[in-house]
Amino acid sequence: MKLLSRAEVDELAHLARLAIDDGTRERLRGELGAILEHVAMLGEVDTAGVEPMTHAVAMTLRLRDDVPGPTLPVEVATGGAAVVADGGFVVPAVIRE
Amino acid sequence: MAAAGGRVTWEPVIGLEVHVQLATATKAFAPVPVAYGAPVNSLTDPIVLGMPGALPTFNRAALVAAVKLGLATRSQIRARSRFARKHYFYPDLPKGYQISQHDEPLCEHGAIDVWIAGARHTVALARIHLEEDAGKLNHDGPISRVDLNRAGVPLCEVVTEPVLRSAEQAFAYMKALHRLVRALGVCEGDLEKGHLRCDANVSVRKVGAAAFGTRVELKNINSFRFVKAAIEHEIARQIRVLEGGGQVERETRLWDGVAGISQSMRGKEEVADYRYLPDPDLPPLVVDAELLAAVQATLPELPADRLARLVAAGLAFDDADLLTSDAALADYLDAAVAAAPGSARTIATWIVNELLRELGGRPIADSPVAATALAELAAAIDDGTISGKLGKDVFAKMVATGDGARAIIEREGLRQITDPAAVRAMAEAIVAANPRQAEQYRAGKDSLLGFFVGQLMKASGGRVNPQLASDTMKALLAGA
Repeated sequence: MKLLSRAEVDELAHLARLAIDDGTRERLRGELGAILEHVAMLGEVDTAGVEPMTHAVAMTLRLRDDVPGPTLPVEVATGGAAVVADGGFVVPAVIRE
Repeated sequence: MAAAGGRVTWEPVIGLEVHVQLATATKAFAPVPVAYGAPVNSLTDPIVLGMPGALPTFNRAALVAAVKLGLATRSQIRARSRFARKHYFYPDLPKGYQISQHDEPLCEHGAIDVWIAGARHTVALARIHLEEDAGKLNHDGPISRVDLNRAGVPLCEVVTEPVLRSAEQAFAYMKALHRLVRALGVCEGDLEKGHLRCDANVSVRKVGAAAFGTRVELKNINSFRFVKAAIEHEIARQIRVLEGGGQVERETRLWDGVAGISQSMRGKEEVADYRYLPDPDLPPLVVDAELLAAVQATLPELPADRLARLVAAGLAFDDADLLTSDAALADYLDAAVAAAPGSARTIATWIVNELLRELGGRPIADSPVAATALAELAAAIDDGTISGKLGKDVFAKMVATGDGARAIIEREGLRQITDPAAVRAMAEAIVAANPRQAEQYRAGKDSLLGFFVGQLMKASGGRVNPQLASDTMKALLAGA
Protein backbone atom coordinates (compact mmCIF):
# COMPACT_ATOMS: atom_id res chain seq x y z
CA MET A 1 0.00 0.00 0.00
CA LYS A 2 1.17 3.47 -0.83
CA LEU A 3 2.15 5.69 2.08
CA LEU A 4 2.08 9.47 1.89
CA SER A 5 5.25 11.15 3.06
CA ARG A 6 5.20 12.88 6.43
CA ALA A 7 5.79 16.20 4.68
CA GLU A 8 2.75 15.66 2.43
CA VAL A 9 0.54 14.93 5.42
CA ASP A 10 1.89 17.95 7.29
CA GLU A 11 1.22 20.16 4.26
CA LEU A 12 -2.37 18.94 4.00
CA ALA A 13 -2.87 19.41 7.72
CA HIS A 14 -1.54 22.94 7.47
CA LEU A 15 -3.84 23.79 4.56
CA ALA A 16 -6.79 22.42 6.52
CA ARG A 17 -5.63 24.24 9.65
CA LEU A 18 -5.54 20.97 11.60
CA ALA A 19 -3.09 20.26 14.38
CA ILE A 20 -2.08 16.59 14.30
CA ASP A 21 0.15 14.59 16.62
CA ASP A 22 2.73 12.03 15.53
CA GLY A 23 0.40 9.07 15.94
CA THR A 24 -2.32 10.68 13.83
CA ARG A 25 0.24 11.61 11.20
CA GLU A 26 1.38 8.01 10.86
CA ARG A 27 -2.21 6.74 10.69
CA LEU A 28 -3.15 9.36 8.06
CA ARG A 29 -0.15 8.43 5.91
CA GLY A 30 -1.72 5.04 5.38
CA GLU A 31 -5.36 6.10 5.24
CA LEU A 32 -4.80 8.96 2.79
CA GLY A 33 -2.51 6.73 0.76
CA ALA A 34 -5.25 4.13 0.50
CA ILE A 35 -7.80 6.76 -0.58
CA LEU A 36 -5.51 8.13 -3.27
CA GLU A 37 -4.75 4.63 -4.49
CA HIS A 38 -8.45 3.89 -4.71
CA VAL A 39 -9.24 7.06 -6.61
CA ALA A 40 -6.26 6.43 -8.89
CA MET A 41 -8.16 3.46 -10.29
CA LEU A 42 -10.17 5.99 -12.28
CA GLY A 43 -7.02 6.57 -14.27
CA GLU A 44 -7.39 3.08 -15.75
CA VAL A 45 -10.54 4.08 -17.61
CA ASP A 46 -9.94 5.03 -21.22
CA THR A 47 -11.29 8.60 -21.47
CA ALA A 48 -9.87 9.44 -24.87
CA GLY A 49 -12.41 11.59 -26.67
CA VAL A 50 -14.57 12.11 -23.57
CA GLU A 51 -15.15 15.71 -22.66
CA PRO A 52 -14.15 16.56 -19.07
CA MET A 53 -17.15 16.70 -16.80
CA THR A 54 -17.40 18.60 -13.57
CA HIS A 55 -20.96 17.76 -12.75
CA ALA A 56 -22.85 14.50 -12.55
CA VAL A 57 -25.91 16.06 -14.10
CA ALA A 58 -25.65 17.45 -17.61
CA MET A 59 -27.06 20.87 -16.94
CA THR A 60 -25.93 24.43 -17.28
CA LEU A 61 -26.02 27.27 -14.81
CA ARG A 62 -29.41 28.80 -14.21
CA LEU A 63 -29.40 32.54 -13.86
CA ARG A 64 -31.29 34.57 -11.31
CA ASP A 65 -32.85 37.97 -11.99
CA ASP A 66 -31.15 40.85 -10.20
CA VAL A 67 -33.98 41.37 -7.72
CA PRO A 68 -33.42 41.75 -3.97
CA GLY A 69 -34.84 39.12 -1.66
CA PRO A 70 -35.00 38.91 2.12
CA THR A 71 -31.95 39.46 4.31
CA LEU A 72 -31.21 38.14 7.76
CA PRO A 73 -31.62 40.42 10.78
CA VAL A 74 -28.18 41.35 12.14
CA GLU A 75 -28.83 39.49 15.43
CA VAL A 76 -29.65 36.33 13.52
CA ALA A 77 -26.71 36.68 11.14
CA THR A 78 -24.27 37.11 14.01
CA GLY A 79 -26.19 34.81 16.37
CA GLY A 80 -23.65 32.02 16.11
CA ALA A 81 -20.63 34.19 16.77
CA ALA A 82 -18.65 33.75 19.95
CA VAL A 83 -18.18 37.49 20.34
CA VAL A 84 -19.92 40.36 18.57
CA ALA A 85 -18.95 44.02 18.80
CA ASP A 86 -20.62 46.90 16.98
CA GLY A 87 -22.47 44.37 14.85
CA GLY A 88 -19.24 42.70 13.69
CA PHE A 89 -17.97 39.16 14.21
CA VAL A 90 -15.01 39.58 16.53
CA VAL A 91 -11.82 37.72 15.60
CA PRO A 92 -8.24 38.06 16.85
CA ALA A 93 -6.45 40.95 15.13
CA VAL A 94 -5.60 39.84 11.63
CA ILE A 95 -2.75 42.22 10.98
CA ARG A 96 -0.18 42.26 13.74
CA GLU A 97 0.77 45.74 14.86
CA MET B 1 16.09 56.15 -15.63
CA ALA B 2 18.83 57.14 -18.04
CA ALA B 3 22.13 55.34 -18.00
CA ALA B 4 24.75 57.38 -16.27
CA GLY B 5 28.45 56.68 -16.48
CA GLY B 6 28.19 53.11 -17.67
CA ARG B 7 25.62 52.13 -15.09
CA VAL B 8 23.00 49.58 -15.96
CA THR B 9 19.72 50.96 -17.20
CA TRP B 10 16.72 49.22 -15.78
CA GLU B 11 13.39 48.62 -17.39
CA PRO B 12 10.31 48.08 -15.23
CA VAL B 13 7.82 45.42 -16.23
CA ILE B 14 4.35 45.88 -14.78
CA GLY B 15 1.13 43.92 -14.92
CA LEU B 16 -2.03 45.09 -13.20
CA GLU B 17 -4.89 43.11 -11.71
CA VAL B 18 -7.84 45.37 -11.13
CA HIS B 19 -10.96 44.32 -9.30
CA VAL B 20 -13.96 46.09 -10.76
CA GLN B 21 -17.11 46.06 -8.65
CA LEU B 22 -20.05 45.38 -10.92
CA ALA B 23 -23.01 47.73 -10.55
CA THR B 24 -25.75 45.27 -9.67
CA ALA B 25 -28.66 45.56 -7.27
CA THR B 26 -27.87 42.23 -5.59
CA LYS B 27 -24.89 40.06 -4.81
CA ALA B 28 -23.32 37.60 -7.25
CA PHE B 29 -24.75 34.38 -5.86
CA ALA B 30 -27.44 35.51 -3.44
CA PRO B 31 -30.48 37.81 -3.84
CA VAL B 32 -29.12 40.08 -1.12
CA PRO B 33 -29.00 43.83 -1.83
CA VAL B 34 -25.67 45.53 -2.49
CA ALA B 35 -25.38 48.84 -0.65
CA TYR B 36 -22.59 51.01 0.65
CA GLY B 37 -22.64 52.19 4.24
CA ALA B 38 -25.46 49.90 5.42
CA PRO B 39 -25.40 48.84 9.10
CA VAL B 40 -22.70 46.24 9.77
CA ASN B 41 -23.76 42.70 8.77
CA SER B 42 -27.23 43.79 7.68
CA LEU B 43 -26.74 42.53 4.11
CA THR B 44 -26.50 38.78 4.53
CA ASP B 45 -28.52 35.62 4.06
CA PRO B 46 -27.63 31.95 4.52
CA ILE B 47 -25.83 31.88 1.14
CA VAL B 48 -23.65 34.88 1.95
CA LEU B 49 -22.85 33.41 5.36
CA GLY B 50 -21.92 30.07 3.81
CA MET B 51 -24.44 28.10 5.84
CA PRO B 52 -24.54 24.36 5.18
CA GLY B 53 -27.00 23.48 2.46
CA ALA B 54 -27.35 27.02 1.11
CA LEU B 55 -27.04 26.95 -2.66
CA PRO B 56 -25.71 29.80 -4.79
CA THR B 57 -27.67 31.11 -7.79
CA PHE B 58 -25.84 33.36 -10.21
CA ASN B 59 -26.99 36.90 -10.93
CA ARG B 60 -27.87 37.49 -14.59
CA ALA B 61 -27.00 41.18 -14.32
CA ALA B 62 -23.47 40.32 -13.22
CA LEU B 63 -23.06 38.07 -16.24
CA VAL B 64 -24.41 40.73 -18.59
CA ALA B 65 -22.00 43.30 -17.13
CA ALA B 66 -19.03 40.95 -17.50
CA VAL B 67 -19.98 40.08 -21.07
CA LYS B 68 -20.32 43.78 -21.85
CA LEU B 69 -16.86 44.44 -20.49
CA GLY B 70 -15.58 41.45 -22.45
CA LEU B 71 -17.04 42.72 -25.71
CA ALA B 72 -15.82 46.26 -25.12
CA THR B 73 -12.29 44.92 -24.66
CA ARG B 74 -12.48 42.73 -27.79
CA SER B 75 -12.00 39.67 -25.60
CA GLN B 76 -12.63 36.10 -26.62
CA ILE B 77 -15.69 35.16 -24.60
CA ARG B 78 -16.03 31.52 -23.68
CA ALA B 79 -19.28 29.87 -24.69
CA ARG B 80 -18.81 27.68 -21.60
CA SER B 81 -16.88 28.89 -18.62
CA ARG B 82 -16.78 27.61 -15.11
CA PHE B 83 -16.77 28.77 -11.53
CA ALA B 84 -14.08 27.41 -9.25
CA ARG B 85 -13.56 27.42 -5.54
CA LYS B 86 -10.41 29.19 -4.42
CA HIS B 87 -9.64 27.99 -0.93
CA TYR B 88 -7.98 29.99 1.76
CA PHE B 89 -8.70 30.80 5.35
CA TYR B 90 -9.27 34.37 6.26
CA PRO B 91 -11.88 35.77 8.64
CA ASP B 92 -13.51 37.85 5.90
CA LEU B 93 -14.27 34.74 3.85
CA PRO B 94 -17.22 32.93 5.44
CA LYS B 95 -17.17 29.76 3.33
CA GLY B 96 -13.44 29.09 3.53
CA TYR B 97 -13.33 29.58 -0.23
CA GLN B 98 -14.05 32.31 -2.71
CA ILE B 99 -16.12 31.57 -5.78
CA SER B 100 -13.93 32.65 -8.67
CA GLN B 101 -12.91 31.42 -12.09
CA HIS B 102 -9.64 29.64 -12.63
CA ASP B 103 -8.68 27.72 -15.74
CA GLU B 104 -11.78 28.60 -17.72
CA PRO B 105 -12.35 32.34 -17.26
CA LEU B 106 -15.17 34.10 -19.07
CA CYS B 107 -12.94 36.41 -21.14
CA GLU B 108 -9.42 36.09 -22.52
CA HIS B 109 -7.02 37.91 -24.81
CA GLY B 110 -8.77 41.26 -24.83
CA ALA B 111 -7.25 44.72 -24.99
CA ILE B 112 -7.93 48.18 -23.67
CA ASP B 113 -7.03 51.27 -25.66
CA VAL B 114 -5.16 53.84 -23.66
CA TRP B 115 -4.30 57.37 -24.71
CA ILE B 116 -0.96 58.52 -23.38
CA ALA B 117 0.28 62.01 -24.21
CA GLY B 118 -1.74 62.27 -27.39
CA ALA B 119 -0.98 58.82 -28.77
CA ARG B 120 -3.20 55.76 -28.75
CA HIS B 121 -1.74 52.59 -27.21
CA THR B 122 -3.20 49.15 -26.76
CA VAL B 123 -2.75 47.35 -23.47
CA ALA B 124 -3.17 43.59 -23.86
CA LEU B 125 -5.35 41.79 -21.35
CA ALA B 126 -4.68 38.24 -20.24
CA ARG B 127 -8.16 37.68 -18.90
CA ILE B 128 -11.28 39.01 -17.27
CA HIS B 129 -12.97 36.67 -14.85
CA LEU B 130 -15.94 36.77 -12.55
CA GLU B 131 -15.66 36.34 -8.81
CA GLU B 132 -17.23 37.37 -5.55
CA ASP B 133 -15.82 39.90 -3.12
CA ALA B 134 -14.80 39.08 0.43
CA GLY B 135 -16.07 40.87 3.53
CA LYS B 136 -14.38 43.75 5.24
CA LEU B 137 -12.18 43.68 8.31
CA ASN B 138 -12.20 46.58 10.71
CA HIS B 139 -9.06 46.44 12.78
CA ASP B 140 -9.27 47.62 16.34
CA GLY B 141 -6.24 46.95 18.50
CA PRO B 142 -6.11 43.30 19.59
CA ILE B 143 -9.26 42.40 17.65
CA SER B 144 -10.71 42.74 14.18
CA ARG B 145 -14.42 43.02 13.49
CA VAL B 146 -15.77 41.25 10.42
CA ASP B 147 -18.47 42.92 8.33
CA LEU B 148 -19.91 40.67 5.62
CA ASN B 149 -21.98 43.32 3.83
CA ARG B 150 -19.47 43.33 0.98
CA ALA B 151 -19.07 39.55 0.95
CA GLY B 152 -20.45 38.11 -2.26
CA VAL B 153 -20.60 41.37 -4.21
CA PRO B 154 -19.86 40.59 -7.88
CA LEU B 155 -16.47 41.58 -9.25
CA CYS B 156 -14.69 41.34 -12.53
CA GLU B 157 -10.97 40.87 -12.16
CA VAL B 158 -9.30 42.50 -15.14
CA VAL B 159 -5.75 41.21 -15.62
CA THR B 160 -3.27 42.76 -18.04
CA GLU B 161 -0.37 40.98 -19.64
CA PRO B 162 2.97 42.22 -18.26
CA VAL B 163 3.10 44.91 -20.92
CA LEU B 164 3.27 48.15 -18.96
CA ARG B 165 6.71 49.74 -18.77
CA SER B 166 6.35 52.65 -16.37
CA ALA B 167 4.27 53.87 -13.47
CA GLU B 168 2.88 56.56 -15.79
CA GLN B 169 1.63 53.92 -18.22
CA ALA B 170 0.08 51.97 -15.36
CA PHE B 171 -1.70 55.09 -14.18
CA ALA B 172 -2.90 55.93 -17.70
CA TYR B 173 -4.22 52.38 -18.04
CA MET B 174 -6.09 52.67 -14.74
CA LYS B 175 -7.63 55.93 -15.90
CA ALA B 176 -8.67 54.35 -19.20
CA LEU B 177 -10.19 51.34 -17.44
CA HIS B 178 -12.02 53.61 -15.01
CA ARG B 179 -13.46 55.57 -17.93
CA LEU B 180 -14.37 52.47 -19.83
CA VAL B 181 -16.30 50.74 -17.03
CA ARG B 182 -18.22 53.92 -16.26
CA ALA B 183 -19.02 54.58 -19.90
CA LEU B 184 -20.31 51.01 -20.16
CA GLY B 185 -22.31 51.43 -16.97
CA VAL B 186 -20.94 48.15 -15.59
CA CYS B 187 -19.37 49.86 -12.58
CA GLU B 188 -20.22 53.03 -10.72
CA GLY B 189 -16.52 53.81 -10.57
CA ASP B 190 -16.59 55.50 -7.19
CA LEU B 191 -12.99 55.14 -6.05
CA GLU B 192 -13.77 56.30 -2.54
CA LYS B 193 -16.04 53.29 -2.19
CA GLY B 194 -13.40 50.92 -3.50
CA HIS B 195 -15.20 50.18 -6.76
CA LEU B 196 -11.82 49.72 -8.48
CA ARG B 197 -9.03 48.10 -6.50
CA CYS B 198 -5.63 47.43 -7.93
CA ASP B 199 -2.87 44.90 -7.32
CA ALA B 200 0.33 45.37 -9.30
CA ASN B 201 2.97 42.85 -10.31
CA VAL B 202 6.24 44.70 -10.65
CA SER B 203 9.67 43.54 -11.72
CA VAL B 204 12.69 45.20 -13.28
CA ARG B 205 15.19 43.87 -15.77
CA LYS B 206 18.17 45.21 -17.63
CA VAL B 207 17.16 47.05 -20.75
CA GLY B 208 17.38 44.63 -23.64
CA ALA B 209 17.03 41.54 -21.46
CA ALA B 210 14.52 39.02 -22.74
CA ALA B 211 13.72 37.35 -19.45
CA PHE B 212 11.64 39.02 -16.76
CA GLY B 213 13.11 39.80 -13.37
CA THR B 214 11.66 38.36 -10.19
CA ARG B 215 8.28 39.88 -9.65
CA VAL B 216 6.80 41.30 -6.52
CA GLU B 217 3.07 41.55 -6.02
CA LEU B 218 1.95 44.85 -4.56
CA LYS B 219 -1.39 44.58 -2.85
CA ASN B 220 -3.77 47.05 -1.34
CA ILE B 221 -3.38 49.87 -3.83
CA ASN B 222 -6.93 50.73 -2.98
CA SER B 223 -6.81 54.35 -3.95
CA PHE B 224 -6.37 55.55 -7.48
CA ARG B 225 -3.79 58.15 -6.67
CA PHE B 226 -1.60 55.53 -5.03
CA VAL B 227 -1.13 53.57 -8.24
CA LYS B 228 1.69 55.73 -9.51
CA ALA B 229 3.33 56.29 -6.13
CA ALA B 230 3.21 52.62 -5.13
CA ILE B 231 4.67 51.39 -8.42
CA GLU B 232 7.34 54.09 -8.57
CA HIS B 233 8.33 53.26 -5.03
CA GLU B 234 8.58 49.55 -5.80
CA ILE B 235 10.58 50.09 -8.99
CA ALA B 236 13.06 52.25 -7.09
CA ARG B 237 13.26 49.69 -4.27
CA GLN B 238 14.05 46.84 -6.65
CA ILE B 239 16.67 48.84 -8.54
CA ARG B 240 18.30 49.72 -5.23
CA VAL B 241 18.37 46.05 -4.23
CA LEU B 242 19.82 44.98 -7.58
CA GLU B 243 22.40 47.75 -7.76
CA GLY B 244 23.46 46.88 -4.24
CA GLY B 245 24.30 43.41 -5.54
CA GLY B 246 21.24 41.80 -3.96
CA GLN B 247 18.41 39.70 -5.28
CA VAL B 248 14.78 40.72 -5.48
CA GLU B 249 12.75 38.21 -3.50
CA ARG B 250 9.52 36.89 -4.88
CA GLU B 251 7.02 38.12 -2.35
CA THR B 252 3.83 39.98 -1.72
CA ARG B 253 4.12 43.46 -0.32
CA LEU B 254 1.36 45.52 1.19
CA TRP B 255 1.22 49.15 0.15
CA ASP B 256 0.71 51.66 2.94
CA GLY B 257 -0.64 54.72 1.21
CA VAL B 258 -0.47 56.91 4.29
CA ALA B 259 3.19 56.23 5.02
CA GLY B 260 4.06 55.93 1.32
CA ILE B 261 5.93 52.66 1.82
CA SER B 262 5.38 48.98 1.18
CA GLN B 263 5.81 46.20 3.70
CA SER B 264 6.59 42.57 3.08
CA MET B 265 3.79 40.13 3.90
CA ARG B 266 6.35 37.33 4.08
CA GLY B 267 5.64 34.69 6.64
CA LYS B 268 1.90 35.14 6.50
CA GLU B 269 1.16 32.64 3.80
CA GLU B 270 4.08 30.88 2.14
CA VAL B 271 3.56 29.72 -1.40
CA ALA B 272 -0.18 30.04 -1.83
CA ASP B 273 -1.94 26.77 -2.49
CA TYR B 274 -5.51 27.63 -3.24
CA ARG B 275 -6.60 24.09 -4.14
CA TYR B 276 -8.81 25.31 -6.95
CA LEU B 277 -11.58 22.96 -7.90
CA PRO B 278 -14.66 23.34 -10.07
CA ASP B 279 -17.52 24.43 -7.82
CA PRO B 280 -19.89 21.47 -7.67
CA ASP B 281 -22.76 23.80 -6.75
CA LEU B 282 -22.42 25.69 -9.99
CA PRO B 283 -22.77 23.94 -13.37
CA PRO B 284 -20.99 25.43 -16.39
CA LEU B 285 -21.85 29.02 -17.25
CA VAL B 286 -23.10 29.20 -20.81
CA VAL B 287 -23.02 32.34 -22.92
CA ASP B 288 -24.93 31.83 -26.13
CA ALA B 289 -24.96 33.84 -29.34
CA GLU B 290 -28.28 35.36 -28.44
CA LEU B 291 -26.92 36.86 -25.21
CA LEU B 292 -23.77 38.09 -26.98
CA ALA B 293 -25.85 39.81 -29.66
CA ALA B 294 -28.19 41.37 -27.11
CA VAL B 295 -25.30 42.78 -25.08
CA GLN B 296 -23.40 43.89 -28.18
CA ALA B 297 -26.43 45.97 -29.16
CA THR B 298 -26.14 47.93 -25.91
CA LEU B 299 -22.47 48.91 -26.31
CA PRO B 300 -21.97 52.66 -26.43
CA GLU B 301 -19.18 54.38 -28.32
CA LEU B 302 -16.08 53.55 -26.26
CA PRO B 303 -14.22 56.41 -24.57
CA ALA B 304 -10.98 55.80 -26.50
CA ASP B 305 -12.86 55.85 -29.82
CA ARG B 306 -14.75 58.92 -28.74
CA LEU B 307 -11.53 60.71 -27.92
CA ALA B 308 -10.12 59.79 -31.33
CA ARG B 309 -13.26 61.12 -33.01
CA LEU B 310 -13.11 64.40 -31.11
CA VAL B 311 -9.44 64.94 -31.93
CA ALA B 312 -10.24 64.24 -35.58
CA ALA B 313 -13.03 66.83 -35.33
CA GLY B 314 -10.43 69.44 -34.46
CA LEU B 315 -10.46 69.51 -30.67
CA ALA B 316 -7.25 70.12 -28.77
CA PHE B 317 -6.09 66.80 -27.28
CA ASP B 318 -6.29 67.98 -23.68
CA ASP B 319 -9.83 69.26 -24.20
CA ALA B 320 -10.90 66.02 -25.88
CA ASP B 321 -9.25 64.04 -23.10
CA LEU B 322 -11.00 65.98 -20.38
CA LEU B 323 -14.37 65.90 -22.13
CA THR B 324 -14.28 62.12 -22.60
CA SER B 325 -13.44 61.55 -18.94
CA ASP B 326 -17.15 61.51 -18.28
CA ALA B 327 -19.71 60.12 -20.69
CA ALA B 328 -22.37 62.66 -19.71
CA LEU B 329 -19.94 65.48 -20.41
CA ALA B 330 -19.05 64.01 -23.80
CA ASP B 331 -22.77 63.58 -24.55
CA TYR B 332 -23.28 67.28 -23.81
CA LEU B 333 -20.44 68.14 -26.18
CA ASP B 334 -21.88 65.92 -28.91
CA ALA B 335 -25.32 67.51 -28.51
CA ALA B 336 -23.78 70.98 -28.82
CA VAL B 337 -21.68 70.03 -31.85
CA ALA B 338 -24.74 68.51 -33.50
CA ALA B 339 -26.38 71.96 -33.24
CA ALA B 340 -23.30 73.80 -34.56
CA PRO B 341 -21.21 71.30 -36.52
CA GLY B 342 -18.61 73.84 -37.62
CA SER B 343 -17.83 75.02 -34.11
CA ALA B 344 -16.63 71.85 -32.38
CA ARG B 345 -13.34 73.30 -31.23
CA THR B 346 -14.87 76.52 -29.94
CA ILE B 347 -17.62 74.60 -28.14
CA ALA B 348 -15.04 72.38 -26.46
CA THR B 349 -12.99 75.38 -25.39
CA TRP B 350 -16.03 77.04 -23.89
CA ILE B 351 -17.09 73.93 -22.01
CA VAL B 352 -13.61 73.43 -20.60
CA ASN B 353 -12.78 77.05 -19.80
CA GLU B 354 -16.15 78.54 -18.90
CA LEU B 355 -18.87 75.98 -18.31
CA LEU B 356 -16.84 73.64 -16.08
CA ARG B 357 -15.63 76.61 -14.07
CA GLU B 358 -19.21 77.78 -13.71
CA LEU B 359 -20.26 74.30 -12.58
CA GLY B 360 -17.47 74.17 -10.02
CA GLY B 361 -17.44 70.39 -9.76
CA ARG B 362 -21.17 69.84 -10.11
CA PRO B 363 -22.24 67.34 -12.78
CA ILE B 364 -22.97 68.52 -16.30
CA ALA B 365 -26.63 67.59 -15.73
CA ASP B 366 -26.78 70.68 -13.51
CA SER B 367 -25.58 72.95 -16.32
CA PRO B 368 -27.53 76.22 -16.37
CA VAL B 369 -26.76 76.46 -20.10
CA ALA B 370 -28.30 73.95 -22.47
CA ALA B 371 -26.01 72.30 -25.02
CA THR B 372 -27.89 73.94 -27.89
CA ALA B 373 -27.57 77.36 -26.22
CA LEU B 374 -23.81 76.95 -25.85
CA ALA B 375 -23.66 75.88 -29.50
CA GLU B 376 -25.44 79.12 -30.47
CA LEU B 377 -22.86 81.14 -28.55
CA ALA B 378 -19.93 79.29 -30.11
CA ALA B 379 -21.40 79.75 -33.59
CA ALA B 380 -21.91 83.47 -32.94
CA ILE B 381 -18.25 83.79 -31.98
CA ASP B 382 -17.02 81.69 -34.90
CA ASP B 383 -19.05 83.59 -37.50
CA GLY B 384 -17.86 86.94 -36.12
CA THR B 385 -21.21 88.12 -34.78
CA ILE B 386 -19.53 88.82 -31.46
CA SER B 387 -15.97 88.83 -30.23
CA GLY B 388 -14.73 86.11 -27.89
CA LYS B 389 -14.29 88.74 -25.21
CA LEU B 390 -17.92 89.80 -25.39
CA GLY B 391 -18.80 86.11 -25.52
CA LYS B 392 -17.90 85.93 -21.85
CA ASP B 393 -20.42 88.64 -21.04
CA VAL B 394 -23.03 86.88 -23.13
CA PHE B 395 -22.22 83.60 -21.40
CA ALA B 396 -22.64 85.20 -17.97
CA LYS B 397 -26.04 86.52 -19.04
CA MET B 398 -27.01 83.10 -20.40
CA VAL B 399 -26.17 81.59 -17.02
CA ALA B 400 -28.12 84.29 -15.20
CA THR B 401 -31.21 84.36 -17.40
CA GLY B 402 -31.31 81.05 -19.19
CA ASP B 403 -31.87 82.97 -22.46
CA GLY B 404 -30.29 81.97 -25.78
CA ALA B 405 -27.05 83.56 -26.99
CA ARG B 406 -28.52 85.25 -30.08
CA ALA B 407 -31.41 86.72 -28.12
CA ILE B 408 -29.01 88.27 -25.61
CA ILE B 409 -26.71 89.59 -28.34
CA GLU B 410 -29.59 91.36 -30.09
CA ARG B 411 -31.21 92.62 -26.92
CA GLU B 412 -27.97 94.04 -25.52
CA GLY B 413 -26.73 95.35 -28.86
CA LEU B 414 -23.54 93.37 -28.61
CA ARG B 415 -23.26 92.53 -32.28
CA GLN B 416 -19.73 93.11 -33.46
CA ILE B 417 -19.16 96.21 -35.59
CA THR B 418 -17.70 94.84 -38.76
CA ASP B 419 -18.35 97.72 -41.13
CA PRO B 420 -14.86 99.19 -41.85
CA ALA B 421 -16.32 102.64 -42.52
CA ALA B 422 -18.06 102.70 -39.15
CA VAL B 423 -14.89 101.63 -37.37
CA ARG B 424 -12.87 104.20 -39.32
CA ALA B 425 -15.29 106.96 -38.29
CA MET B 426 -14.95 106.00 -34.64
CA ALA B 427 -11.16 105.89 -34.98
CA GLU B 428 -11.04 109.33 -36.55
CA ALA B 429 -13.03 110.79 -33.69
CA ILE B 430 -10.60 109.32 -31.17
CA VAL B 431 -7.52 110.59 -33.00
CA ALA B 432 -9.11 114.05 -33.28
CA ALA B 433 -9.78 114.04 -29.53
CA ASN B 434 -6.22 113.08 -28.68
CA PRO B 435 -3.95 115.26 -30.88
CA ARG B 436 -0.99 115.24 -28.46
CA GLN B 437 -0.77 111.39 -28.32
CA ALA B 438 -1.23 111.23 -32.09
CA GLU B 439 1.74 113.52 -32.54
CA GLN B 440 3.89 111.50 -30.12
CA TYR B 441 2.96 108.29 -31.95
CA ARG B 442 3.87 109.77 -35.28
CA ALA B 443 7.15 110.95 -33.73
CA GLY B 444 8.02 107.30 -33.08
CA LYS B 445 6.39 106.33 -29.81
CA ASP B 446 4.93 103.08 -31.15
CA SER B 447 3.68 101.92 -27.78
CA LEU B 448 0.89 104.50 -27.97
CA LEU B 449 -0.91 102.33 -30.51
CA GLY B 450 -2.22 100.31 -27.58
CA PHE B 451 -3.69 103.45 -26.08
CA PHE B 452 -5.57 104.29 -29.28
CA VAL B 453 -6.84 100.75 -29.80
CA GLY B 454 -7.95 100.68 -26.17
CA GLN B 455 -9.86 103.94 -26.65
CA LEU B 456 -11.52 102.53 -29.73
CA MET B 457 -12.54 99.34 -27.94
CA LYS B 458 -13.87 101.37 -25.06
CA ALA B 459 -15.83 103.71 -27.31
CA SER B 460 -17.40 100.76 -29.09
CA GLY B 461 -18.24 98.90 -25.92
CA GLY B 462 -15.87 96.14 -26.96
CA ARG B 463 -17.86 95.48 -30.08
CA VAL B 464 -15.09 96.04 -32.60
CA ASN B 465 -12.98 93.06 -33.48
CA PRO B 466 -9.62 93.76 -31.78
CA GLN B 467 -7.66 92.94 -34.95
CA LEU B 468 -9.84 95.25 -37.04
CA ALA B 469 -9.50 97.97 -34.39
CA SER B 470 -5.73 97.67 -34.44
CA ASP B 471 -5.45 97.60 -38.24
CA THR B 472 -7.78 100.55 -38.68
CA MET B 473 -6.01 102.65 -36.07
CA LYS B 474 -2.58 101.87 -37.43
CA ALA B 475 -3.57 102.84 -40.96
CA LEU B 476 -5.24 106.05 -39.79
CA LEU B 477 -2.28 107.17 -37.70
CA ALA B 478 0.08 106.38 -40.55
CA GLY B 479 -1.90 108.85 -42.55
CA ALA B 480 -3.49 106.36 -44.87
